[in-house]
Amino acid sequence: MNVGKKIKEIGEKVYKTILKKKQPELKMPLRSLSNVKYDPKDGYFELLGKMKVRALTASMVKTFAQTLKMMALSKDLIEKDDMATKREAYYVSKNWGEARFKEQPESDGIMDDVEGMMMVNREQLGFIPEEKGGEVAGKLIVIDQDPDTKKEIRIDCTKFGSGAYSIPSSVEHLKFETNAKFILAIETAGMFQRLVKHKYWKKANCILVSMGGVPTRALRRFIRRLSDAKKLPVYVFTDGDPYGYFNIYRTLKVGSGRAAHINQYFCVPRAKFIGITPQDIVDYKLPTHTLKDVDIKRAKDAVKNDPFVQYHKEWQRAIKQLVGMKVRAEQQALAKWGLNYVIEKYLPQKLKNQKTWLP
Amino acid sequence: MLKVHAKELAKKQREISVAEFFEKNRHLLGFDNPRKSLLTTIKEAVDNSLDAAEEARVLPEISVEIVELSETRFKITIEDNGPGIVRAQIPKIFAKLLYGSKFHKLSQSRGQQGIGISAAVLYSQLTTGKPTLITSKTDPKKKAHQFTLKINTKTNEPQIIKDDQIEWKNKDHGIKIEMELEGAYFKGKQSVDEYIKETAITNPHTTIIYTNPLAEQIIFARATEELPVEPKEIKPHPYGVELGILIKMLQSTKARTLQSFLQTDFSRVGPGTAKEICQNAKLLPKSRPKTISRDMTEQLYKGIQATKIISPPTNCLSPIGAELLEKGLRKEINAEFYCSVTRSPSVYRGNPFLIEVGLAYGGEQDKEGTIRLLRYANRVPLIYQPGACAITQAVQQIAWNPYGLSQSKRSLPVGPLTLVVHMASVWVPFTSESKEAIAHYPEIIKDIKLAVRECGRQLGIFINKKRRIHAESKKRSYIETYIPHISEALHELIGIKKTEKEKVEKLLFQILEKHRGKLEKIEMDNPDYDEEIAKIGKEETREGKKPSVSQKPKVSEKPKKEDKQTKLKE
Repeated sequence: MNVGKKIKEIGEKVYKTILKKKQPELKMPLRSLSNVKYDPKDGYFELLGKMKVRALTASMVKTFAQTLKMMALSKDLIEKDDMATKREAYYVSKNWGEARFKEQPESDGIMDDVEGMMMVNREQLGFIPEEKGGEVAGKLIVIDQDPDTKKEIRIDCTKFGSGAYSIPSSVEHLKFETNAKFILAIETAGMFQRLVKHKYWKKANCILVSMGGVPTRALRRFIRRLSDAKKLPVYVFTDGDPYGYFNIYRTLKVGSGRAAHINQYFCVPRAKFIGITPQDIVDYKLPTHTLKDVDIKRAKDAVKNDPFVQYHKEWQRAIKQLVGMKVRAEQQALAKWGLNYVIEKYLPQKLKNQKTWLP
Repeated sequence: MLKVHAKELAKKQREISVAEFFEKNRHLLGFDNPRKSLLTTIKEAVDNSLDAAEEARVLPEISVEIVELSETRFKITIEDNGPGIVRAQIPKIFAKLLYGSKFHKLSQSRGQQGIGISAAVLYSQLTTGKPTLITSKTDPKKKAHQFTLKINTKTNEPQIIKDDQIEWKNKDHGIKIEMELEGAYFKGKQSVDEYIKETAITNPHTTIIYTNPLAEQIIFARATEELPVEPKEIKPHPYGVELGILIKMLQSTKARTLQSFLQTDFSRVGPGTAKEICQNAKLLPKSRPKTISRDMTEQLYKGIQATKIISPPTNCLSPIGAELLEKGLRKEINAEFYCSVTRSPSVYRGNPFLIEVGLAYGGEQDKEGTIRLLRYANRVPLIYQPGACAITQAVQQIAWNPYGLSQSKRSLPVGPLTLVVHMASVWVPFTSESKEAIAHYPEIIKDIKLAVRECGRQLGIFINKKRRIHAESKKRSYIETYIPHISEALHELIGIKKTEKEKVEKLLFQILEKHRGKLEKIEMDNPDYDEEIAKIGKEETREGKKPSVSQKPKVSEKPKKEDKQTKLKE
C-alpha cells in the first residue's frame, strides 16, 4: 500500500475519534529486546506483538503530538518526492514550538516509532540516515546507476588501491558480480586497512567489509543482499569484548530490539562469528585489558535479556568464560606476534577450524 | 571564741513578709521589665473581671484604657460590669498579697492564687509611689465605695489612705481600678494589643472596649450572648492531695470521724471507698481526724494511693467548644482550612482537665517561618515563656511530616499554620506564679499530643488533597500545551480547516476534562474574617517611637534577650 495514504488514514482515524469525543490513541509496536523472539529457522529477531500506546496523558501527550507532526512531515516528503536526513528532520522540529525535539536521539526514536507503526523502513517514509554504510574492498563488482541518466555503472572493488568502495545509504537497486568464496566483515577500520594493504582479499579470495562499529542498516542490507544473491558465507571478525559480540555481531546477524519491525530485511542470518572468541584469548595468549564495569553489565544484560544469547548455549558459555577471566582483547592485539600474524596465521587457522567459531 | 555572738545575729533575724519578698522578686510575678509589667497588670485586672462577671452570671463588658503620661509612665483604668466587691473586702483583695477566693476551692477560673491584682498594686506603688484608686458598686440603689490604697510591705497589710462613698452614675454594679505605673508600650507580638485580641477570641461572650496609648479605641463586640457553662466547684480528689495538705485538711475538717472526713471533704469517696482507704492505711474509720498524728497521716496517704478510686467528676470543666474556637480563628485568619477538636476530660494528679485544639492552615499566612502557636489556659492567653511550656513541648514532640509540614528535629514545624491549644482545668499547673507556662505533667502532654494529632490528621488529609490538586493542574496545563500542536498536525496530515482545527481543540479540552475529572479548586471561603481584628498585634513597633531610648539599660537587657528567644521559637 502507498505509505502516504496509510499515514493519512491514521490521521483520519485520530480525527474521527476526537469528533466522537473519545480519547485518541496511536498504537505502535514496542521496540525493545523484551518484545522480540529469536528462532534460528527465521534467523532474525521477530516482533512478539507487544504494543505501546500514546494518548492524552501527561507522560505521553508530548510524544503523541510529536508522532503526529513527524507523520505530517513524512507525508509531505512523500508527496513532494523529497528526502530529509535524520538530522534535517530534527532541525525541522525546531519550528514546532513546545513540540520540538531537544536532541536528535529523541527525533530518531519518534521516527523509528513511525516506521514501526507503518511497518516500513525510514527510506520509504522519506528519511535517510546521514551515516555512510561502511566500506568494501575485494573481489566484487557493484553495479550501480547514474542518478541522472540511469546508465549502469560498474564498480570494481579490487581497483581502489589502498582505499575502498563506500556503501551508499540506499542499496536496494544495487546488483553484484563476484566469484569470491566468502565475505569477511571486520569491526575496526584499522584492521580493515591492514588486510586491504596486504591484499588479503586476493590471498583468501574474499570480499572485505569494514563495519566501523555497530553496522548501519545500509551495511546490514548490503551484506544481506550480496550474500543472498551470491550464496556467500559471511564471517565476522570483531574485538573480543561484549560490545563486539552483541552490539556488532548480534545486530548484524539478527537485528536489534530497537528496530525489530524491520529486522526481517536488515539482518544477515548466515553470518558466523570467527573471532576474537574468549578461547582465542587463551589459545593465542593475547595481551588483554581488564573488563570495564560497563562491559560486565553489557555481558550480564545479554545473558538475562537477549533472546539470541538465550538460544545459543555456546554464547552463554563464551560470556561466562570472558567474565570469568575479567579481560577483553582487541583485534589488533594479534600484532603481539608480528604485524602480519593475523594474515599469515590467525585468519587461515580460524577459517579452517569451524570448531573455534561461535554461532 | 565566737567573734559575733548568736544574740547579735538574732537582732537581724526577723520575719519576711510576703509583700517584702515579692517587692524584691517581682519577676516571679511577671513584672520583670516595663513592657511586660504593663501587660501583666492589665492581664491580672481583666482576668479578675472576667472571673467575677462569669461567677455572677453576667455577660462581661470590660473597658481598658491606657493613657501615656510620659514615655515610661502610664495611667491605666480598667472598669467592669461584674458584681462589685463588698466594702469590707476591698482593701484586702487589692492591697494584701495571697488573699483571695480562688485558692481554696477547686474550680475552673482564670485567677487561682490571690496574688495577681495586689501584686500590680504593689508594682504601681514601687515604681510611682502613688496609691491605687478602687471604686466598687454592688447595688444600683446604693452609693459606690471608693478606696485609695497602698500596701504596707513590712506587714503585707492594706494601708487605707482614703475611704469615700461616692455617686457612680449610670452604673448598676462593677469595679473600677485606676493606677499609675512605669511601663513601656509597644505593638506587635507579646503586646497588650495582642493579649486583648487573643482574649476576645477565646472569650466570645465578652465585650472589650480597649483604648491604647495612641488613643486608638478598638471595640471587640461579643459574638455570642451565651455565657460559658458555669464551671462547678469540686472537692479535691484523694489522688491530688499531698501529705502536707492532708495534714492541714485533717486539722481543719468539721467531720467527726476519719470515714466521714474522707466522704465529705473529697470527691469520689463513698462509704465503701472510705472504708477501703482506712483498711489499706491500717487506721480505724472511727478515729477522730484531729487526733491523727503525722505518722498516721502518712499511713493514710499511702492508703489512698493503694486504693482504687474512680476519676474525679469532669462536669466541673467549661471548654470553649470546638465550634467557637474555630469561629475565633476564622475571625482573625483568612485561611484555606480550619479544624478544631475538644477532647474528653482527663486527670493529672487528681485534677480534671481537658484539652482543646484549633488550627487554621494556608491562605495569607507566612509559608517560610515556623508555625504560630497560641497557648491558652482557662481561656487566658499565655504570652511569655513559650519555650518553657508543656504545650510547646508537646507540639515539638509530634512528628509533623506525616501531616504535610516540614520540621527540623525537636522543633516547631514550618508552614502557614496557626495552632491554638487550650487547657481547661480546675487547677492549671503553672511553672511559676507569673502564670506564663504550663508545667510538664506527662498526662497533660499526652492529651495535648492526642488532640493536636487528631487535628493534624485532618490537616494532613487536606494538605495531601491540595498537593494532589496542584500536581493535577500542573499536569493538565502541560497536556493543554500540546493540544494546539495536535490540531496543527492534523491540519497538515489530513488538511482539516481552521474552523475544524478550533473544534478539535475544543473537543480535546472536553475529552481531557471527561477523562481526568473536574479539577477541584481550593478557595478561601471565610465570611467571618475581620480585617481590622487581624491587623491588631501584627505591627511590629510603635510608629514614631524608638524603643529603649529612655529605658534603663539594665532593665531593657533582659526583655531583649527574651524577645529573641521567643522569636526563635515562634
